[in-house]
Amino acid sequence: MSAKEEILGRIRSALADAPAAEEVPREYRTSSDMTEEQLIEMLVDRLVDYKAGVEVVDAVQIPEFVAAKLGQASSVVYPHGLDTGWLSSLPKGIVRRIDAPGARLSVAELDETSAVVTSSAVSIAESGTIILDGEPDQGRRAISLVPDHHVCIVPVSTIVQLLPEAMPRLTVTRPLTWISGPSATSDIELERVEGVHGPRVLDVLLVRGL
Amino acid sequence: MPAPGQGNLFEQEPFPQAAHRELGNTQMRKNLRHATHTIRDKRLRVVGELPDWEQLRDAGSAIKNSSMINLEERLLEFEKNFTARGGVVHWARDAQEANKIVTDLVKETGSTEVVKVKSMATQEIGLNEHLETQGIEAFETDLAELIVQLGHDKPSHILVPAIHKNRTEVRDIFLKEMPVVDPNLTDEPAKLAEAARKHLRKKFLAAKVAISGANFALADTGTLGVVESEGNGRMCLTLPETLITVMGIEKVLPKWEDIEVFMQLLPRSSTGERMNPYTSLWTGVSEDDGPQNVHIVLLDNGRSRVLADKFGRSALNCIRCSACMNVCPVYERTGGHAYGSTYPGPIGAILSPLMTGIEAEDNGSLPYASSLCGACYEACPVKINIPEILVHLRGDDVDANRGKHKIPTQMDLLMKGGSWALGKGKNLGLLEKALPLGRLAAGKSKKIKKLPGIAAGWTQSRDIPAPPNKSFRDWWSDEKESK
Repeated sequence: MSAKEEILGRIRSALADAPAAEEVPREYRTSSDMTEEQLIEMLVDRLVDYKAGVEVVDAVQIPEFVAAKLGQASSVVYPHGLDTGWLSSLPKGIVRRIDAPGARLSVAELDETSAVVTSSAVSIAESGTIILDGEPDQGRRAISLVPDHHVCIVPVSTIVQLLPEAMPRLTVTRPLTWISGPSATSDIELERVEGVHGPRVLDVLLVRGL
Repeated sequence: MPAPGQGNLFEQEPFPQAAHRELGNTQMRKNLRHATHTIRDKRLRVVGELPDWEQLRDAGSAIKNSSMINLEERLLEFEKNFTARGGVVHWARDAQEANKIVTDLVKETGSTEVVKVKSMATQEIGLNEHLETQGIEAFETDLAELIVQLGHDKPSHILVPAIHKNRTEVRDIFLKEMPVVDPNLTDEPAKLAEAARKHLRKKFLAAKVAISGANFALADTGTLGVVESEGNGRMCLTLPETLITVMGIEKVLPKWEDIEVFMQLLPRSSTGERMNPYTSLWTGVSEDDGPQNVHIVLLDNGRSRVLADKFGRSALNCIRCSACMNVCPVYERTGGHAYGSTYPGPIGAILSPLMTGIEAEDNGSLPYASSLCGACYEACPVKINIPEILVHLRGDDVDANRGKHKIPTQMDLLMKGGSWALGKGKNLGLLEKALPLGRLAAGKSKKIKKLPGIAAGWTQSRDIPAPPNKSFRDWWSDEKESK
């Protein structure tokens, strides 16, 4: 008998006397009625708590703020679907690297790149979570992981309050990365410290009118 | 009864003996007290923030129950969807079979090194030790696992395996064991995290094979999820060419929407955060993004045995948050090593004997490792009634040992005596006549300081006050007569 058949057989016999499954009560909150301003305020509060940098800006201000955040960077990677206008105010000295299908950057190249700029799919205000789903404006998972500084654009229209409100906006079979602040650890005395293997600096631009 | 689990699921010695020794480690007790109290406060704060916490617990518990009841269908559905997306599914009856599958998969790649994301399942089956015998070196990348691995130590907590070490001890381990390390390293947690980053960076960037666990699998899509903090998980799940996941069969959830419940329950219960820094979800192979050679090993190793126990079945609902150990007064004092098994604390005290069978080695002592105060049940995000299962398992333990000894044990005699005394009022009355004897034994101090036999455990750390001259029942009948 194969391992699969044997395990399934064990499960079947183990459950021979089991009662039918109960109905799942879903009485938790699945919708909210926060205004846009309240959503922004809540998301900012959570992200600041995680020690992320946060700015609330208008769409036209994106190039200026991206440039300000990347002032110290020597190079920046961006996914091929990103609006390159967002990078239009970057100082000339900063090397730009595009990551595109058929022209992928190697891990070593990403490791030599100091920062990354991406957009994002959905954000959850209540938990301060930004979700990337690998769309062309967010790119492969590796590009938002290896560089030490992540500048992430969050269109205000993509913010919801609750996690259950974010679910219908996502396609689960895409590779998803949920980000809640810069990398951190609670492994020493259960106290949170920011900055381990993932990007140690996370700057978030919440963009009105986008 | 399905086959018992193997691997690191056993007591090394009876719990009371192990606990007695561990209690003598005052540094560890101080570290544990500090860490568990920190996390308790944080958990209460973020749980209190959600007005629907109890509704989320109800949903979480019901989703898990329904998933367990239909486990066969859920697993087949998961297999179909994971396979359709380019992943390969393997089934392992026990620890030995799982270790062999993983070893063969690693050997096929030609690699002799693997990077690992923290995983309870691989800890349970002793994968690292097995790989070592096969000439494959496994590098733990989670900070706490790294501390344990570098310190040649054993994990003592399911979420924070090095919880028994404080920052200074961690610094000393790093200074001694890291090949390249700043000799002036301080014990500031941020500096220690930076040292771990430098130590592992090259490994991540060069790794060809990664081994992970999974926090959940979604049957309706074939998706796997890993919840983490440091980014070591993302490194392992994204950069290597080959990804091998080892996951217990109980981790499968019916559908995608279910994670909206568990991703609210888990981070708040485990690290006391609104959300953990990183969660990765992947479904088989994604073209042009991440590992292209993706495997999962579905592990039984005693889980079907837990499923067969209708009182203990719900122990499989555990999402490994560790809230139960963080609130447990016994765990806080003895630490995780006293439980022997990979799974310590209240959940371990039920899960380990359920997986191995209560009669296995010393696992019969684990269900007694509790004062039955109920704090674990209250903290459990999926409402596993741990105290009730502990009592059920104590009964199983007594049954398993009944008639084993030719000569009745002290406990047998005590129970028999108790049954005689409490069976009839007359018998109890007869026994009560002996109360003045107790007073005599107490002597001038009016305290009994040492009881004989197994009752000695009670007087080890407390005195018993001298019994009264007469029993309540005698006093009552005298009172009635005098009126």
